[in-house]
Amino acid sequence: MTSRQKTAASVANYVDERTGAAAWMKKNLTKVFPDHWSFMLGEVALYSFIILLLSGTFLSLWFDPSQREVLYQGDYQPLSGIKMSAAYASTLHISFDIRGGLLMRQIHHWAALLFMAAIVAHLLRVFFTGAFRKPREFNWIIGVGLLTLGIVEGFLGYSLPDDLLSGTGIRIAEAIIQALPVVGSYLSFFAFGGAFPGEAFIPRIFTVHVLLLPGIFLALITVHLMLVWYQKHTQYPGPGRTEKNVVGYPLMPIYMAKAGGFFFIVFGITAFLSAVASINPIWLYGPYTPGQISAGSQPDWYMGWLDGLVRMAPPIETHAFGHTISWNILIPGLIVPGILFTGMALYPFIESWLTGDKREHHLLDRPRNAPNRTALGAMSLTFILVTLLNGGNDIVATHFSLTINQIMWFSRFGILILPPIAFVITKRLCLSLQRADRDVVLHGVESGTLLRLPTGEFVEVHTPLTAEQSWTLTQHEQRPALELPEEDNHGVARGKVLRNKLRSRMSRAAVEEVTKPNSDDMKEIEGH
Amino acid sequence: MKSLSRYRKHRYASPLLLVFALFMIGTTFSVASASTKESVNFARSAAIDEGKQIFLKGCSSCHGLNAEGGKIAPSLIGVGAASVDFQVGTGRMPMADMTVQAMRKKPAYTAEEVAALAVYVASLAPGPAIPGDEILTYERDGNTAQGGELFRTNCAMCHNFAGQGGALSQGKFAPTLMGVEPKEIYEALITGPQSMPVFSDKIITPAEKLSIIKWIKAAEVEPSLGGAALGRVGPVTEGLLIWTLGLGLLIGIAVWLATKAR
Ligand code: HEC
Ligand code: HEM
Repeated sequence: MTSRQKTAASVANYVDERTGAAAWMKKNLTKVFPDHWSFMLGEVALYSFIILLLSGTFLSLWFDPSQREVLYQGDYQPLSGIKMSAAYASTLHISFDIRGGLLMRQIHHWAALLFMAAIVAHLLRVFFTGAFRKPREFNWIIGVGLLTLGIVEGFLGYSLPDDLLSGTGIRIAEAIIQALPVVGSYLSFFAFGGAFPGEAFIPRIFTVHVLLLPGIFLALITVHLMLVWYQKHTQYPGPGRTEKNVVGYPLMPIYMAKAGGFFFIVFGITAFLSAVASINPIWLYGPYTPGQISAGSQPDWYMGWLDGLVRMAPPIETHAFGHTISWNILIPGLIVPGILFTGMALYPFIESWLTGDKREHHLLDRPRNAPNRTALGAMSLTFILVTLLNGGNDIVATHFSLTINQIMWFSRFGILILPPIAFVITKRLCLSLQRADRDVVLHGVESGTLLRLPTGEFVEVHTPLTAEQSWTLTQHEQRPALELPEEDNHGVARGKVLRNKLRSRMSRAAVEEVTKPNSDDMKEIEGH
Repeated sequence: MKSLSRYRKHRYASPLLLVFALFMIGTTFSVASASTKESVNFARSAAIDEGKQIFLKGCSSCHGLNAEGGKIAPSLIGVGAASVDFQVGTGRMPMADMTVQAMRKKPAYTAEEVAALAVYVASLAPGPAIPGDEILTYERDGNTAQGGELFRTNCAMCHNFAGQGGALSQGKFAPTLMGVEPKEIYEALITGPQSMPVFSDKIITPAEKLSIIKWIKAAEVEPSLGGAALGRVGPVTEGLLIWTLGLGLLIGIAVWLATKAR
């Protein structure tokens, strides 16, 4: 040992004797992570969150969260001498006078859009592969929480600069709060510290945007990742991979090197986008003034579905007990989102209730092998796509020579008709894919080589799958539907019978499948 | 001489010459006895006649033989020369197909014919006149920032914050204002074409109109400060870009990384 190594060893020893770190490090640094591109979606969300923290800190150095009125004296001529809030003026100042300010603003905003897109893509990966099943239900719920917070956080950020679009957004948020029966107007009064827009709102949401929510985010993300760590990552099925092991790379050095490198790639792409593409050009929107509004006012995309729902609601209001209930805002603005998010959070429990499967799962499902779930996912996606389309109806109308009314009516019916159609089609598709798997396992892959038999007949040579390939295609288990008593023999309460009926119907639908080939099938085929 | 030849190519040069020629013929005809005033009247009525001929051929099928309006098109009595100059000068009239809204297209008439049509319609009843260069002094008298403020208050709700146009109900739309002539903007403000309201001089003073024009002209040439402008239509295109280019690139790289390091 050289003297330097000796020093290092004695320092390490010193720390280890007092903390027991060596054993802990050995255990954790060699922890194995499986490798698949779809597992990196969560990482993209994580890295864009870090980018958001860094760029946000930069912006907060100059942003002035105040609705105090000022006269703009800056360099941007088309606004000079215009009355505006200090918040808006300071955002102009960051954009035009601070070195790198505009780039930072664009990085922050593009990273926010990327963050939300990555969260949604990550959620879809987790959903379609069944990664939310026991024991990961809590992490799924934390995820739904992060998604919800992300929407709120993004909306607040979008509202901070106090430009014409953000003011329009706040106005709609205020309308949604006010639509709450009875308490609505009080709540709105409370949130705005008086009548809309007031002078209190931006300072308040600033605190929430830069302090409260990021704090909660950090805590939740930490728990989220600790759970991934502790429960270990799931893996796709394949030879050698079981419910009991994890096949992949050790955290140190391979996984860390890859993850670290990937962070810089995410950062690089965000910075690239921010350098070449403008985002939220608030100087064009102008300062917010109640009474001004622009055609094509839109929220950021992760709020677009909500806007689309509100835009398609027919104008229905009822008057009762001196209160007006605006169903046209209440239903799309609060009730439907409430149902969607509660349903999403509870989905792991609903599914295990239907299938009766209470076991742990660490092997992921191939989406086709869970046709019902996959179809449900496709159905929800279709729902959201229709709302997004309607959210952008004015832009879609002008760019595709359609009318707003056509799009609105299409969405009103489409939102009811298209999701079920998507469900049916996806389920069929999954079943045919299962059938295709079965054929490939039994008959091999078409090789493209034609063979002429002595009889003169042409046949195509099929190459049989390797054992590994066949394993991957047949490893999934196929369980029978739940057997539940449906008859009312005495002793079973009536309510329970009805529930059982529903449950076993849905359970039967859930297990509908193409029987996978088993060894008997294989033996039989050997004869040919 | 130089100052005169400058006007030779002007869009009103030919109609003015025409009027002048008619005037000359008129004067020779009535020789010394006729008073100058009468001759002018005569020349004007000749232009009106010409306008009326064009009108009968191209417009009366919809607007009626005396511009009194019909089932499918409104009366033009009192709409003024400005309205005709705007509608015909931007090619909106004669309307090509009777769908939702008259579209801007290549004008069907020459400048002289438009002028004659305008004179004819203006002769039916007084209405807003065509703003001349002496009015359109926006470069000198307009205030860009004030124009922007007025634009956001009065125009942005239909034409979008950057004058890119927007959709209205029932398939109608407010067109983009990029590339529209100052004279046409002014005429649109005082005549309220299609679904647009009239902004009379009481609502927006002539000086304010000039400011609005100045702001629009500035917006037209304003460079996109933050990079590609993405159509200046707000967050919709931004959302599309992050899902396609942004996340698309990252997923591509993730796939590559996951296969590469095996
Ligand atoms: C195919 C039928 C049709 C023809 C031909 C037609 N117009 Fe029109 N015009 C309309 C309709 C319909 C409107 C009102 C709807 C609109 O404003 O879009 C209108 C509106 C107008 C207006 C605006 C009136 C106002 O209230 O300010 C003017 C001016 C006008 N037309 C002039 C003309 C002239 C001049 C011609 C002949 C060159 C002409 N139009 C030919 C159908 C026609
Ligand atoms: C702030 C947002 C989020 C961040 C930063 C984040 C980050 C991560 C990371 C880095 C992983 C491990 C890698 C991976 O499997 O992709 C992970 C796993 C997981 N996430 Fe998230 N996530 C977020 C939101 C969500 C959401 C919205 C959901 C679902 C509603 C969710 C559910 C899960 C689950 C169930 C796992 C375990 C997956 C497995 O082991 O296969 N997460 N998350």
